[in-house]
Amino acid sequence: MSSKERQTGMSVIVRTTARLTVGFILLYGIYILSHGHVSPGGGFAGGVIIALSFINLMLAYGKDTALSKLPKAVTSFFENLGALILLSIALLGFTGGYFFLNFIAKGEPFHLFSAGTIPLLNLAISLKVGAGIFAIFVAFVLLKYEPEKNKKE
Amino acid sequence: MTTAVNIIPIFVIVPLAGAFMISIGGRKLKWLADFLGVLSTAGLFIAALFALKLVNEYHILVYSVGAWKPPIGIAMVLDGLTAFMLVTVNLVALMIAIYSVKYMEHFTSKWKFFTLFLLMLGGMNGVIVTGDIFNLFVFLEIAAIASFALVAFGVERHELEAAFKYALMSTLGSLFVLMGIALLYGFTSTLNMADIAAVLAQKGSSNIILLVSVLFVMGFGLKSALVPFHAWLPDAHPSAPAPISAMLSGVLIKSLGIYTIFRIFGNVIGVTPAIASILMVLGCISMVVGGFLAIGQWDLKRLYAYSSISQMGYIILGFGIGTPLSILGSLFHLFNHSVFKSLLFLGAGAVEYATGTRDMKKLGGLMKKMPVTGMTSIIGTMSISGVPPFAGFWSKLIIILAAVEAGQLWPAVWAIVASVLTLAAFLKAMKCTFWGDVRVGLEKIIEVPFLMKFSLITLALITSVGGLLLIPGIQNVFLNQAVGVMTESADYLIAVLQHI
Repeated sequence: MSSKERQTGMSVIVRTTARLTVGFILLYGIYILSHGHVSPGGGFAGGVIIALSFINLMLAYGKDTALSKLPKAVTSFFENLGALILLSIALLGFTGGYFFLNFIAKGEPFHLFSAGTIPLLNLAISLKVGAGIFAIFVAFVLLKYEPEKNKKE
Repeated sequence: MTTAVNIIPIFVIVPLAGAFMISIGGRKLKWLADFLGVLSTAGLFIAALFALKLVNEYHILVYSVGAWKPPIGIAMVLDGLTAFMLVTVNLVALMIAIYSVKYMEHFTSKWKFFTLFLLMLGGMNGVIVTGDIFNLFVFLEIAAIASFALVAFGVERHELEAAFKYALMSTLGSLFVLMGIALLYGFTSTLNMADIAAVLAQKGSSNIILLVSVLFVMGFGLKSALVPFHAWLPDAHPSAPAPISAMLSGVLIKSLGIYTIFRIFGNVIGVTPAIASILMVLGCISMVVGGFLAIGQWDLKRLYAYSSISQMGYIILGFGIGTPLSILGSLFHLFNHSVFKSLLFLGAGAVEYATGTRDMKKLGGLMKKMPVTGMTSIIGTMSISGVPPFAGFWSKLIIILAAVEAGQLWPAVWAIVASVLTLAAFLKAMKCTFWGDVRVGLEKIIEVPFLMKFSLITLALITSVGGLLLIPGIQNVFLNQAVGVMTESADYLIAVLQHI
């Protein structure tokens, strides 16, 4: 494979397939995430699938395309935001007297808008997990081993 | 129960919130990491003192997370042992945070350091306050994974190697713990620690419990670096930046290893004579082997790391003997070791900060150039080797007396031998580093900045007057509350189970 091809990613077949499926994978991740409280799945699984859609993009088109869609700084921001949202929702439970209390009306079981804070917590977890897994993948891709020397950053 | 019970989750919320806030804004705002790091640890220390007051008032407090009643929901328990550990951990963490403000300017990304530091602190506080055995495992992993990253913080070859070794060994330990928890859950069908103890009392003994005990001794023994499981510690602790060495040796191995052994064997599974003698043997081997290995070292921090193994031996020996007096000695030694070992590691960090090396063959005569670092390190040395009237003397004396009283003469002899070995190792370290003439090339050394001196002096003062904790009035408030939890574990059960 020549260096020019490596920059633009894999072959036409892979890139075309990836282009067609990436949207569906992302959508499926959002579906798993948003129905986490009524069906199998949830924040972690949804977050992983969302991250996989971006990882797919990176595999097919190379790291530059994927990183232009989701830069490192943004990934890091979303990861921390996820953790802080989770913590804030947990803290809001103190309005009802308990840490992590499910303080919103629970609604009808098995409906999409039900289960109080659980869908919101799932959203926060998916941000944290999705951004985290993408960040780990990016770290492996960008990692360069320079023998001996070099200090931090 | 009062509203005061709401203080318990604070110990997990504050460090985690601090960590993620630093992570989100620390890259841009340089002052944020220092500010939030010191502020949150200071707040946690004050909260820990308040928790100690609460324990003296209410004896035991139980918090149900999310209003789910235990044993279904996660319980957080504040009792004497918890309050004791919280005060120890957060005191050392506060001192280290103050010290790191200046020290970490050596490194490029201080905000990453404080993020990981607070995550590790959150994990440790979580291990200490939780009353649920699986929750304990989760917090254990949070603290351990943050510490892997911190050991590798300098990203040089030997640091990465040490971190990899540490990660591998520690994960193996976690695996044993997880296996133990799984078997225990399979046997008792509950994860709440008090409930597990109640079910075990009802069902009687079984071979599964024997297997679980062995898995826990291996898993938590790996975390607390008892001798057959110690190989990771002498690499990992010296490789980290000095404040983290102090944190790892000072409190991490205690809250992840020693505290969990105390809690699970003391309150949940119960100490059988076989387990007690295993712990005593491990304690004696750790004391003596750690002491011998320390003498041979020429790297200042590596010497301190080996002596940590030796001192862990004392704590486990005290717990293995199992009389109230020996447990008192053991807990008191735990507190003292946290203070003087973090003092010594911070002192070694100050030497490295000023001279750029920690090889004892290249150091010498630093007392004239760095009087504060020198004096505080010598106070730490005298305390760890058991010179009266420093705190380390009293705790070792209690452990040895308790061993004699319980008829365990050989452990008492080994404890004295290990004390002599410690003195020898530390006299070597002090002689090569601080006494004698100033080495060529070290003439221009100056004393470290004020904030670093502040931590050193405070810790030195605490270890100098630490013996005062044994005065009856103070002992009842601080140490006896914790000893009571270990000796009257039925109270723990009853108090927690009342909330079910």
